Formats: sequence, structure tokens, C-alpha cells
Amino acid sequence: MKDTATKLLTIALAGNPNAGKTTLFNSLTGLNQKVANYPGVTVERKEGFWDLGGESATLIDLPGLYSLDATSLDEEIAQKIITGDLDGVPKPDVIVSVVDATNLERNLYLTAQLLEYGIPVVVALTMIDVFEKQKHQIDIDKLSECLGVPVVPVNAKSDRGKDELAEIVRELAITRRPARYQWNGDADGDNAKIFSRYNFISGAVQESVRHNDKREHRLSERIDRVLTHKVFGLAILVLVLLTVFQAIFSWATLPMDLLEQGFGAIGDGVRAALPEGILADLIVDGIIAGVGGVLVFLPQILLLFLFISILEDTGYLARAAFLLDKLMSRVGLHGKAFLPLMSSFACAIPGIMATRTIENRRDRFTTILIAPFMSCSARLPVYTLMIGAFFTGQTVFGFVSVGAVLMLAMYTLGIVVALIVAFVLKRTLLKAPPPPFIMELPPYRMPSMRTVLQNMLTRAWLFVKRAGTVILAISIILWALMYFPRSEPAAAPPALTQAEAAVDPATGRPGDAAVELAIPESEQLRNSFAGKLGHAIEPVISPLGFDWKIGVALIASFAAREVLVSTLSIIYNVGRDENEESETLISAIRHAKDDRGRIVWTPLTALTLMVFFVLAMQCMSTVAIVRRETNSWPWTLFMVGYMTGLAYLASFVTYQGGRLLGFE
Amino acid sequence: MKRRISSTTLADLQKGESRTVLSVRGEGRVTRRLMEMGVIPGVSVQMVKAAPFGDPLEIRVRGYNLALRRNEAETVEVEGGSAR
Repeated sequence: MKDTATKLLTIALAGNPNAGKTTLFNSLTGLNQKVANYPGVTVERKEGFWDLGGESATLIDLPGLYSLDATSLDEEIAQKIITGDLDGVPKPDVIVSVVDATNLERNLYLTAQLLEYGIPVVVALTMIDVFEKQKHQIDIDKLSECLGVPVVPVNAKSDRGKDELAEIVRELAITRRPARYQWNGDADGDNAKIFSRYNFISGAVQESVRHNDKREHRLSERIDRVLTHKVFGLAILVLVLLTVFQAIFSWATLPMDLLEQGFGAIGDGVRAALPEGILADLIVDGIIAGVGGVLVFLPQILLLFLFISILEDTGYLARAAFLLDKLMSRVGLHGKAFLPLMSSFACAIPGIMATRTIENRRDRFTTILIAPFMSCSARLPVYTLMIGAFFTGQTVFGFVSVGAVLMLAMYTLGIVVALIVAFVLKRTLLKAPPPPFIMELPPYRMPSMRTVLQNMLTRAWLFVKRAGTVILAISIILWALMYFPRSEPAAAPPALTQAEAAVDPATGRPGDAAVELAIPESEQLRNSFAGKLGHAIEPVISPLGFDWKIGVALIASFAAREVLVSTLSIIYNVGRDENEESETLISAIRHAKDDRGRIVWTPLTALTLMVFFVLAMQCMSTVAIVRRETNSWPWTLFMVGYMTGLAYLASFVTYQGGRLLGFE
Repeated sequence: MKRRISSTTLADLQKGESRTVLSVRGEGRVTRRLMEMGVIPGVSVQMVKAAPFGDPLEIRVRGYNLALRRNEAETVEVEGGSAR
């Protein structure tokens, strides 16, 4: 026993989805766990430290599985781990097969397969309390005898069976006693194997279980009489989705504003503490603004994942997919694509992260690729500014404001384009038959708060860690593009002296200098790399009615769409702190002239810009998260490319079409 | 013709009706997944309901509830004459 004490054992936890595997994993490992991806794929790798009492083990939480026949990526990875063929993951010493007692036959199918690998297996029987409450009887010893492996009833909430399970695992790891049941090998073909496994299971279950045949215990079906009802079911679904939408759209605003203000305050503090110069500018405008730009998404991500975890763990998410599958499958999407797309109206980042509930890779990628077309909250300031500047006070039919109609039109445009793109993708690049819909509708259960919270925090951390680094890097690059090369002080000496003079000698901080400072700032932007880029792309964007100043704003708003507003403020000399409802900014936009002295902005230009913002991929955070979730730069770049291409095309048609129709 | 007139499939069952599976036709991953989920000859399946837009279907098999599309259910032949 002593000689194995130094070596860390490897234990694999296998089980069907909804079998209570995650809850058991959390209960066995506590907070001693880490989550990552298996190299090269997006299958989640979850490991924890399990104290077996005298021995220590790495507990590997395999993805939720129905079988090990490698028909999905999850199954392929799980199979490789069990056979020891996955690099960096040691072959497990013991497999703990998590089996839901209330769904014994189908859960044991995976166990039967696990027994074929010659690795010691122990069955952890979950939901035994629910099973007994339903007045079924189970003879654990008999079941263990029929299966030829130890069976331990466990309850993660009361810690029942935890010690016994640890003890048996420890013992099996030493004796390496393989399962007694061995595959007889003479079954030919896959179908024959499936029959034999089920025959074996049916025998074991018949011997050990006495079912209560009364149907009264089927509470879930009674709940479903309402929740999947033709009328009420759909009405309730709409209510649930509205609540989720409302939460990420409006409840998240307060913490988001606080975060934004907090980072603003930190930036001011740092600027006051550091001597003026490139270091202060880099830290404040590059790094702090970049980190702030990442963390500002956290409230939405936390809230969305709180809801998704609850919906998933109660079993409702499966019903939502069941209700909507028919509609979604018309464009070749899976029923489960609905929630991620819905969430993307608030923000595509949590939406794209939510596509993990879709198992099939092609369906998942299609959903990811169209999610950014949903008009997210970052587009609202852009729409508001454009409508405020050019479409206020106008009505159609005398009472409907043009602004509202335009707003609705922008949302609709995004949805329609998304559906068309999905339709096309599913017939070309991601060609596949309509995704199969063979999905368990698990019984309704109270979610475990611990699992829900842990799930939520894990996701949030993954976002900060992975997307955060990319977003920070791009923030700094964009900052540098606007910061360099430095304009020669000689170019605007009076303004600069004025600005310096405006520094309050008492506090050493700029006092009322903001307005004066804005002049060199706009000058700086004009001569920066970003300004030069704006000039460079002018020939390309002039058919859309955009001049180079709008070009600079388009480049800058790749950081985040709402940056358009502050960039326009800088470039039109009205101070960087103007918001989208600012009269000064609106008036500056209305009167802006291009280098040849012509008015730049017309209602048609504003409309064209809105169309561009509906369709263009202008959000580095989304790009970062798509890269992470698809694990592929080609797909990510494809998305950026086709979205920008579509945006250009649609804007071109809008502007030139508008001119042909006589609008200016 | 995909379906012979004489045979009854899982998709033909009325709400609440139970039948024994005779065969699962079709090949490939979808069929295999259906069988791994326990829908194999000899097992009893019950129609629970259809989703609001008529598809997918919810059935009960081996003590749990499973959703599948109508065209998938049509590959599962069940015993008994016309169910309609």
C-alpha cells in the first residue's frame, strides 16, 4: 500500500448526461478542480483532486456520454482516454460509472460498454432516494452480483456512499481486479453488440429490481402537460425567454455601468499619479481601458450562465428545444440554437459561449457564425446617435415615429440575414442533413445551487482567461494605431501651450482644459496610423458615402461598436466624453464637411451606416470568443470576412440604391 | 416508397398507445444512436405526445422519455396492424 501512496491514481468518472455526474464530481473533489479544453478540440477537460483517504487521485470527469462508439467528438475523446490513447492523460486505473437508478436500463448500457475495456469498474448509483420514493425496490447486492462489479448507492447532497466509494476505488486500484463480465466476442456487427448489451442489462435488472407499475409517480409528465402544451407551453417559453433577455439586457446594465465607472476612476487615479507621457497613456488608454473593456461583459455572462445552468439542470432546456425544433429545423438549425441566438440580442459573447449545449459540431458552428447578426446592445448607441441626428420628430402615418420603425427594421434585417446565411451554410460549407433530434427529455429536478454557481463561475473564468488576453492585445494595438506617430508639437504649438497652461497649478491636473485639449487630440488622430488608414480606405468606402473620418471611426469601432460614438466626438472636436444623445455631437455631425467642403452626412448616409453596423463584424471580443469556441482561426477569419463583405454589399446597395431613388 | 402500406411505424401511434418494436430500419449514425438509446426489437414503446408544431415526437421507452423527429420514428416498425 505504501509504495502506491506516492503515485497519483487516475480515476475516470463516466456517465450519461443528466445522471448526476457533475454533482457527484463536485461533491468528490470540492473546489479542487480545473477546467480546460482537450488539446485541439472544444471538448471540455475537467479534472479534480480526490482524496481517497490514504491515497490521492486525479478524478477525470469524462464528457456526458450515452455510449462509447465514437459517433460524436465527446465519445471519441472519452474512448481515447479510457484506452490511454490521449496524449497527456494517463490511462485510468479505475472507472467510476455513474448510473441513474430511475433510468437504470439505458444508463447501464454505457456501463456494459465500459466493462469491455478490462479496466476495474465500480457503479455509483445516483438518484436512489427518488427511486425509492417512487416505491420501486432494488436489491443492490443482487445487481452487483449480476453485473459482476461493486455497486455503491451515493447521494451527493447527504454525502451518502462517499467513503464507501473511495474505499472500493482504492481497493480496486490495488487489486486491479477487472470486471467479471467479459464480452463473449462472438456477436458480429454493431447491431448484434447493441442487442447483447441490452440483453445482459435486462437480465440483471429483472433479477434485482421490482418496479412499481403505477403511473401516478410520473410527475414530470404532468408538468409537461402544461410546459409542452400546444398553447400554454409556447406562451410560457416566450415568458421564460423574455425574462432571460430582460435580465441580460437591462438588469446587467447597472453592474456594467459601475464597472465602467470604476475603471474610469482607476484610469483617472493612475493618470494623476504618473507623470504625463507615453507610459501613462499606455497604461490608462491602452491597458486599463482594455481590461475594462473585457470585464464589462462579465455581468451579462454571469447572468446568462446562471439562467442557462438553471434551465439546463431543471430539465427545461430540453423542453425548449423540443418545442422549437420544428421552427429551427426549417433553416437547418437545431432546436437548441434558439437560446444562444436569443441571448445574442444582448451580447453575442455569452450567446456564442452558450452554443456549447449543441452537441453536433456543424450545427454549433452554424449557430456561432450567425449569432453576431443579432443586434446586440453595443449597436444601440450607434442606432440612437444616427436616429437622433437625422430622423427625430418625423412620423409615418402621422403617429408612428420613423425612429422606432428604423430601429425595428435594423433588428429585422439582422434576423433575416442570419436565417438566410444559416440556410446557405447548411447547404454548402457546413453541409449536413438536418441535425438528428434524438434527445432525452429528463425528469424535472430541482437544480443544485452549488452546481449552478460552479458552472457559472467556471464559464466566466474561461471567458476572462482566454478571450481576455486576446481582447487586451487588440486593445493595445488599436490604442497604438491612434497614438502613433506622435504629432509634432510644432504642428500645433499654440494649442499645446494653451493646454499646458490650462493645467491647474494647485492640483497639477488639467482643469478646464478638456475643450482645448480636444484640438490637439483630433489633430493627433488625424495624423496617426489610424488616421492614415482612414485615408487609405477612403476610396473603398466612398461608394458608401463615407469619408475618411468615418473610416477612422469604423476602424476604431473594431474595439467595440459603441466606440464609434466617442471616436466621432474626438474627430469632430467636441470632446471625447460626449454620449450618443449629445446635442453638440449631433450638431457637429449634421454640419460636418469633407475635405472638399461638401456636407458629409445626409439621412441616407446615416441609414447606410446603420445597415453597415447591423451586418459588419466589428467587435474584437466576439472575434476572440469565436476563435476560442471554434478553436480555429480559418473559421474565425471566414466569419469576419463574410460578415464584413455582406455589410459592404448591403451598405453599397442602400447608398447607391437610395441615390438612384433620388435621396441624397 | 419509403414505407410499405402494410407496416405500422412508431410515427403512426396515437397519443398514449403502446406497441412492441419489431425492427429498426435504416443505417448510419442516427439509427445506431436510436438503438443505443434502447429502441431495439422486442422493447415496448409508448407515444407520449407530439410537439406543438407536430414534430418532434415524445415517446417513452425503458422507463424514460425520449424525443425524436417524425422521420426518425418512421424507421421504427412496431407490431400490430393499422394504428390509424
